[in-house]
Amino acid sequence: MKVLLRNPRREIDVDGPVSVNTLLERLEINRESVIVIRGDELIPADTVLADSDQVEIRPVISGGAVDTQVRP
Amino acid sequence: MKCRVCRGPAIIDIRRHNANFCAEHFLKLCRDQTAKAIADFDMILPGERVLIAVSGGKDSLALWDLLLEMGYDADGLYLGLGIGDYSDDSGTYVRAFAESRGARLIEVDLRAEYGYDIPTGARAARRAPCSTCGLSKRHLFDRAALDGGYDAVATGHNLDDEAAVLLGNVLHWHDEYLGRQLPVLAARNGFPRKVKPLVRLGEREMAAYCVVRGIDYQVDECPMAEGNRHLAYKDALNMLEKRSPGAKHDFYFGFLARASERFRTTIDAEQDALLECERCGAPTPSEICAFCRLVEKAAGAQPVTITTRGGAV
Ligand code: SF4
Ligand SMILES: [Zn+2]
Ligand SMILES: [Zn+2]
Repeated sequence: MKVLLRNPRREIDVDGPVSVNTLLERLEINRESVIVIRGDELIPADTVLADSDQVEIRPVISGGAVDTQVRP
Repeated sequence: MKCRVCRGPAIIDIRRHNANFCAEHFLKLCRDQTAKAIADFDMILPGERVLIAVSGGKDSLALWDLLLEMGYDADGLYLGLGIGDYSDDSGTYVRAFAESRGARLIEVDLRAEYGYDIPTGARAARRAPCSTCGLSKRHLFDRAALDGGYDAVATGHNLDDEAAVLLGNVLHWHDEYLGRQLPVLAARNGFPRKVKPLVRLGEREMAAYCVVRGIDYQVDECPMAEGNRHLAYKDALNMLEKRSPGAKHDFYFGFLARASERFRTTIDAEQDALLECERCGAPTPSEICAFCRLVEKAAGAQPVTITTRGGAV
């Protein structure tokens, strides 16, 4: 299956079937820091992905200014 | 996985709540958590007008959507920061959202109205880009809120943001920052009230919220993000969260309930000592405020071009 990763944007091939959880573990991605999207739907961690699937693993962590968050 | 509420197929698992949710009940959870934060901290009272600081990212667009859905009178303010393609794309997401909801969007373009953009201003003032950006945002949001007669400025800071900032402030014992790290800062001395209605929701939930609601947002990182330290705190907290779901929530809300009071004494004295900026009238500890000094330094500086896109994670 095709897996889209971000920051930087790149695509990798992974053999299915594999569960979302296992896929994240294999890629050493912490599940707390991403959402997984198939088509335009959010899919939970126990979903089994097929070889023909296209999924995006989208990071949800943004950096930016500490500064804007601490002063009045 | 099944939804905790209706037993239908789940679309998201939230380990902090030890539960899974279908789309409908996930959206309800987000609204309920936002409503609870607003009520617990008296963020917005009935009939008040709110100005939302929108960046085009997931948090601020989700916040705008949530407040509109909940019936609040909420307008958006977008600052054109002039950070290359990143700012152009961000502005497009914000405008598309405002249009789709028929919501009122105010735009302020730094280059057109103040003669600088973030990369150029940062270099001219010899400040880090994020510090220049933060200073500009604070000043212009405050001004727009006061000029427009808004009761509060709302920002999209979520639980992960607050927990990461808290971790940084505690690691280095920044007392004065700890005193100000609150979900609400009351209006006073020329500052509008500042509220953070998303503090009960995690970063992952906000991204999921946008996907479920069909809100397109800026996924790429700002190329100027000095983020490394801040991102490292978030990574560290997510490692803890993975082992011990609820760790971030306990850390932040435990601080608010049990420790934050002890650091508050310094703020009041500081705010009472403020003067009015000679040029713009904003509250400032010196004769001319930091924003006016930045504008002055950046005037006529050679524009800096941004070529890179998307920071590394
Ligand atoms: S990362 Fe820094 S420069 Fe970029 S928008 Fe955020 S605060 Fe501004
Ligand atoms: Zn349900
Ligand atoms: Zn000034």
